[in-house]
Amino acid sequence: NRGVDPRKVNGELFTLTYGALVAQLLKDYEDDEEVNKQLEKMGYNIGVRLIEDFLARSNVGRCNDFRETADIISKLGFKMYLGITPAISNWSPAGDEFSLMIENNPLTDFVELPPGHSNLNFSNLLCGVLKGALEMVQMDVDVKFVQDQLKGDNITEVRLKFIRRLEDAIPAGED
Amino acid sequence: MYAIRISGAPTVGGISKEENPRPIQHGGRGSVRDNCIAKLESLGFRVGQSLVERFTKDSSRFKDELDTMKFICKDFWNSVYKKQIDNLRTNHQSPSCELFPFGYLHCFEIVLQLLLLGVYVLQDNKFRFLTQLSNGKQYMDSAPMYLAFPCGMIRGALSNLGINCIVTAEVSAMPAYLDTCSAVQYEL
Repeated sequence: NRGVDPRKVNGELFTLTYGALVAQLLKDYEDDEEVNKQLEKMGYNIGVRLIEDFLARSNVGRCNDFRETADIISKLGFKMYLGITPAISNWSPAGDEFSLMIENNPLTDFVELPPGHSNLNFSNLLCGVLKGALEMVQMDVDVKFVQDQLKGDNITEVRLKFIRRLEDAIPAGED
Repeated sequence: MYAIRISGAPTVGGISKEENPRPIQHGGRGSVRDNCIAKLESLGFRVGQSLVERFTKDSSRFKDELDTMKFICKDFWNSVYKKQIDNLRTNHQSPSCELFPFGYLHCFEIVLQLLLLGVYVLQDNKFRFLTQLSNGKQYMDSAPMYLAFPCGMIRGALSNLGINCIVTAEVSAMPAYLDTCSAVQYEL
């Protein structure tokens, strides 16, 4: 595989494939909320696997606080997998909640939501990916879309809220 | 209209129920599997349609069918898989009697049959969707899952270029070494 990075694919292929996936889900489930749920589930399954790849390639260690986590998600994670670096803003005073501001979401290139899909979070897969990946590093985090450019907002905003630290589960029968 | 055949592994039915009255494999899972493959194929079709529209935005009209096929082998393949098709052959004379008139062992092949016109055989010695799979019979079963999408994509691309066709794929062995050219042959 000299010359070509085997992990990279054509961006248009990626975007269009994601679009076709969402369209197929809409056809299958015929309900925006249900599609959101399915997308999140798929993303979750991607996230719990992706984190290993991420840790192996990025060489980062433990984060000291949630702010550091936010930085790494944006500057390393999004950069590595989507080629963008969302801005981090809207920290809650307690420091347990922040927003990722995505200006040009590659998932939504060429996309226009047809009327009647105001409940659909087109890129909901991202929420699942973030949740799944963070869960694998002992963080229970709530992830949701607050704003979406597809729905006419100025920017796409994903809100992450730290809920609790997960304890390492010890397999049954071991002390 | 469409079928993926994997030799050495159970046959997997395609889209059209009438044309593929094949027995269901793998017990009860078969129909679910067929359904998955049909869906993946139609996703691919849609993606192929849109991609080819993007890629041909600024190019002039293709001279003939062969020209179109060359475009698929070179530009389309290059954009999607970052390499060209290694070999393109065509068999205009006998469209239906013999799909594989070429007398050597195919590890993996996709055969594209243009209705009434002929067969084009495209060969990719290092198909990117399969190079990450392990060698051996173990994953032969799941190969159709990985091929349905690219097959659909070719069908979609050609359909938007005005060519209706049947695409079939066949695998008899998984790629052994990624760097050797003889391991995978991709044909259509």
